Amino acid sequence: MEELVTQVRRDILRQVHAVNSGHPGGSLGCTEFFVTLFQEVLQTKQPFTVEDKGEDLFFLSNGHISPVLYSTLARSGYFPVEELKTFRLLNSRLQGHPTTHDGLPGVRVASGSLGQGISVAIGSAQAKKLNKDTHLVYTLCGDGELQEGQNWEALMYAAGNKVDNLIVTVDYNKQQIDGSTDDVLPLGNLREKIEAFGWDVLDIEEGNDLDAVRKGMAEAKSRTGKGKPVCVLLHTVMGHGVDFMMHTHAWHGKAPNDEQLEIALSQNPETSLGDY
Amino acid sequence: MKEYINTGNIDTRSGFGAGLTELGKKNPNVVALCADLTGSLKMDEFKANHPERFFQVGIAEANMMGMAAGLTIGGKIPFTGTFANFSTGRVYDQIRQSIAYSGKNVKICASHAGLTLGEDGATHQILEDIGLMKMLPGMTVINPCDYNQTKAATIAIAEHEGPVYLRFGRPSVPNFTSEDTPFEIGKAIKLQEGSDVTIIATGHLVWEALEAAKKLKENGVSAEVINIHTIKPLDKEAIINSVSKTGCVVTAEEHNFLGGLGESVARTLALSKPTPQEFVATNDTFGESGTPAQLMEKYGLNAEAIVTKAKKVIARK
Repeated sequence: MEELVTQVRRDILRQVHAVNSGHPGGSLGCTEFFVTLFQEVLQTKQPFTVEDKGEDLFFLSNGHISPVLYSTLARSGYFPVEELKTFRLLNSRLQGHPTTHDGLPGVRVASGSLGQGISVAIGSAQAKKLNKDTHLVYTLCGDGELQEGQNWEALMYAAGNKVDNLIVTVDYNKQQIDGSTDDVLPLGNLREKIEAFGWDVLDIEEGNDLDAVRKGMAEAKSRTGKGKPVCVLLHTVMGHGVDFMMHTHAWHGKAPNDEQLEIALSQNPETSLGDY
Repeated sequence: MKEYINTGNIDTRSGFGAGLTELGKKNPNVVALCADLTGSLKMDEFKANHPERFFQVGIAEANMMGMAAGLTIGGKIPFTGTFANFSTGRVYDQIRQSIAYSGKNVKICASHAGLTLGEDGATHQILEDIGLMKMLPGMTVINPCDYNQTKAATIAIAEHEGPVYLRFGRPSVPNFTSEDTPFEIGKAIKLQEGSDVTIIATGHLVWEALEAAKKLKENGVSAEVINIHTIKPLDKEAIINSVSKTGCVVTAEEHNFLGGLGESVARTLALSKPTPQEFVATNDTFGESGTPAQLMEKYGLNAEAIVTKAKKVIARK
């Protein structure tokens, strides 16, 4: 798992470097979460279909962290690892932001325009209840993304209607493109706000520690089915794993140059899994 | 051809409600979502029959559209219900990304479209919704003309795979198509044969087109009347065939001329058969409070307006 985390970080860096665009900061910060989710948490059925076959579902709401999604999906067998070479290129299935449009396995709804993922997750969770399917629906959204009003419509709905087969994880890195969330538009006390909306909220304080993420997600799962939707505040560091990208919003949506890539990769050395 | 007579005034939204009720009984995958307008959308019966398949989302249309997209992933066929304004402009990006671009099988059902909403005024009278929806790749856009056609359209769209925008209205209007008229998405219906001018109408303007044709006949003008219920995909063949005979066309709709049916017809003709055309539509304006009849007269959306435009376009031949 540790090795896979390192390899996904290498994939993220190499993807955005190759096209000199994309969003490495949030991707690097969520690597432990994605690896844990796809390797240990999600109970899925292969081959992938957009339609729910009675399995756990995952929706990425903050679609700009597509590099970590694509790498994790490829490294989990959804599509060939070599396809990561096509990230953001013309005619690729690996669009800048994830889409169902080109049939990429692992994606069930387009995301990128922010604030829409929780609503989609709620709809699919309600469908599961109608289908008497006890699997869970997971979604990840950014913290800055919570500035979009639709999220609060969704939070209100899910609590009011006891959508308790849903785990929403917030990437709580406190950074967004223009600066810290406190500077741009303060989110206030997120935990208290979301609890006040009627959710069961738990924190994963060390969101870049595999064990902590593993235990936290297991705890979140154990709290489902009890009449409340579950929210995980995943405390991460944007840019984690590359020292000069950490603790700043500067690398939210900027790719490293050749020299920076070399330094970043040296901090995430080659693994037995091999680069694409 | 048969003569169409008004069998009684009734609102098209009730046709939607009746269609949804019928769908609820015959298709267990049909689910409905409503943003605090259950009575206005005539969704009460579906809700009473299938409470587990009815989702009251509150005054939160953005969440409703996202939820509808999510429900399709579990194999459901969601019908969303709210006013046309809140079904389109308010939630354009949610429809664009989560439904249209994502190719989701959501049926966006929109009542109180156009000026005939009446007294509530311009904040609620959307005249831009057809344009907004037809510009979305993959979106089917339907504006039925009376109760029977709205009911038939509601039932038909459940069988169609892909996103659909279904637009209907609030006031009681003539019900004149027969219950057993087959509804085929994308297929125009020729209501009356004629040779001097083609009148292509959608929604509430279809009855006005038939009335206009009667008045024109009194003046010795033979008008062909075509009901376009599906604005996208457009039945180009029906349009070209008719204007090949008549040589001119009037389009009529309860919508801004920008982005409406008339523009779609104009494009079709410009590409295949350039033809003089006049537009019965609102003229790049918002609406206002008033009774439906007063508004349709003030904004030039009735039989008299169609007659005037028909005479004008015939003179341009």
